Amino acid sequence: MLTIEDLHVNIGDKEVLRGINLQINEGETFILFGPNGSGKTSLLMTLMGFSGYDVTKGTIIFKGQDITRMPMYERARLGIGMSFQRPPTIHGLRTRHLVRMCSRNGEVNPDALAQSVNMTEFLDRDINAGFSGGEIKRSELLQLMAQQPDLVLFDEPESGVDMENMQLVGKVARDVLDGNYKTFPDLSLKERKQRIKTAGLIITHTGYILDYVNADRGQVLFKGHLCCEGRPRDIMEHIREHGYQECVRCMN
Amino acid sequence: MSKVDLSRFKFDGLKQNPLADLRDLSDEDKDQLLMAGVTSDLSTRSASYLQMDQNAVHCKSNNPDVEIMDIKDALVKYDGLKEYFWTLVDKDKDEYTRSAYDNLHGGYFIRVKAGAKVEEPIQSCLMLKTENVGQNVHNIIIIEEGAEAHIITGCSVAHGTTAGAHLGISEFFVKKNASLTFTMVHNWSEHVAVRPRSAGVVEEGGTFLNNYVLLKPVMDLQMYPAITLNGANALARFNSVVVASKGALLDMGNRVVMNAPNTRCEIIARTIASGGTIINRGHIGAHAVPSKGHLECQSLIVGDGRSWAIPELDGTVEGVELSHEASVGKIAQEEIEYLMARGLDEEEATATIVRGFLNTDIMGLPERLQKEIDKQIDELQASGSM
Repeated sequence: MLTIEDLHVNIGDKEVLRGINLQINEGETFILFGPNGSGKTSLLMTLMGFSGYDVTKGTIIFKGQDITRMPMYERARLGIGMSFQRPPTIHGLRTRHLVRMCSRNGEVNPDALAQSVNMTEFLDRDINAGFSGGEIKRSELLQLMAQQPDLVLFDEPESGVDMENMQLVGKVARDVLDGNYKTFPDLSLKERKQRIKTAGLIITHTGYILDYVNADRGQVLFKGHLCCEGRPRDIMEHIREHGYQECVRCMN
Repeated sequence: MSKVDLSRFKFDGLKQNPLADLRDLSDEDKDQLLMAGVTSDLSTRSASYLQMDQNAVHCKSNNPDVEIMDIKDALVKYDGLKEYFWTLVDKDKDEYTRSAYDNLHGGYFIRVKAGAKVEEPIQSCLMLKTENVGQNVHNIIIIEEGAEAHIITGCSVAHGTTAGAHLGISEFFVKKNASLTFTMVHNWSEHVAVRPRSAGVVEEGGTFLNNYVLLKPVMDLQMYPAITLNGANALARFNSVVVASKGALLDMGNRVVMNAPNTRCEIIARTIASGGTIINRGHIGAHAVPSKGHLECQSLIVGDGRSWAIPELDGTVEGVELSHEASVGKIAQEEIEYLMARGLDEEEATATIVRGFLNTDIMGLPERLQKEIDKQIDELQASGSM
């Protein structure tokens, strides 16, 4: 599904990613660990195609297409979706309208989707206007449910979310990845699962999200390099115990 | 302030024939009226006034609680309207007020009787029909104690008219515990000069809500309506959505003076300069406490244009709470990329953001008018001028 080869990325003069190689298969959920400033968010932003992230070397292949230089909206239409950490407020743009626009094939019922993330009362509000941390996450998930991407990029699904909301966010995140949501109310669970094989690339600091999603693999990003591939829970436990010092040792 | 050379316009001799039924208008002119929020289907209106060029052509009330007439008739009936006529606007303010004073062509008198809750909007339209017409009007609006009404007033050119001058005096009187929503839609043309001179007073417990929409081209428009909150618990709110198209010079704003305790006001203007110039003024004066006012002018420059925001706050006693937010900017890259990440291309994303910026949902307009405004925004966007 996604193949990254020897990816080097600069923000201005500073190299933030230094030769990333990564493969994520169809339907697979991959967890990215790493300390602040290690380049995790930069990797997601580069995959989505944000301006200011200059690919100086390497390629990104998605569904067999080289998307390294592809405009962001084409990547989105090809099936990459992203949950934003701090999305902007857009005056006068109702959440309902945006949810509709996210679904380019038009098969979407904003009310049914909103109900599943407890966002019904937000549908007629301006997108992100005065939303709390948890509300932003739910709104992002709501948009992703409408968009139905094949690869979901999640930047810290747990940040700014209280424990009560974490349950809901975690559950919906899982639904998005597993295809259990109400986009096709007429289809059986089995049909939906066949139809939706969503892969995920998730950044986590706390690891709370691991309690909810079925993570297949994980890796640590450290100073722009990927290292220490393993089972996400093992990596998480190791980091909890030893911090990222082990990564330094490992890389040297 | 720019000057309009009044000698270029014909201020005399342009009389139009009375119109018993607005449905007798040509289809093109009906469309022009619709664009200004005025409908020829009177079943959804409490009362209607239509002036063409220099005289009233239609004036009718369907609601006994709404008195509507040509201002000239009202001056006769009410012995010169001494308590109201020229009491809030100074006839010697400038040459435009003098022109309206010296050579009155008409205008509407609207009185909503005490305690009446008027459901359907009252509509009025001041239309420029003849090329190069000069129009002097004077409007008096009285909402008596405890009454409630919504006035939709459209100022429009007739189909095909491109040049003219509209000089309009409006004086508003919102009495004790009365409520007026006043929605004005301007539908001018490339060579029209516009000089409204408006002022109003709101008494104790009264509410004045003002909506203003200008999406069509105009040559030169200058207005600065001033509302004075003279009674305790009075409230004024202005919402404006304005586009300065190519060649337009707009010098506009709202002024609220709070002279009594527990008064509140809000002035919100969202403007886009796309080829034109907009000077966006705002002034809140607070001279009694407690009082609270907020002023917001947000402006985007799209393509060419100039946007000059001049927010002013003037508090003269301890305890007033006044604030303002002003911005002049472009469409944020962050917002464009957010929508592009959802699959919208750059053009779609930009159009969506501009559409949202001009959103008038907050005005609570009748559905028909809301649709008409939405259509105008769509057309504006489709024309590629933004």
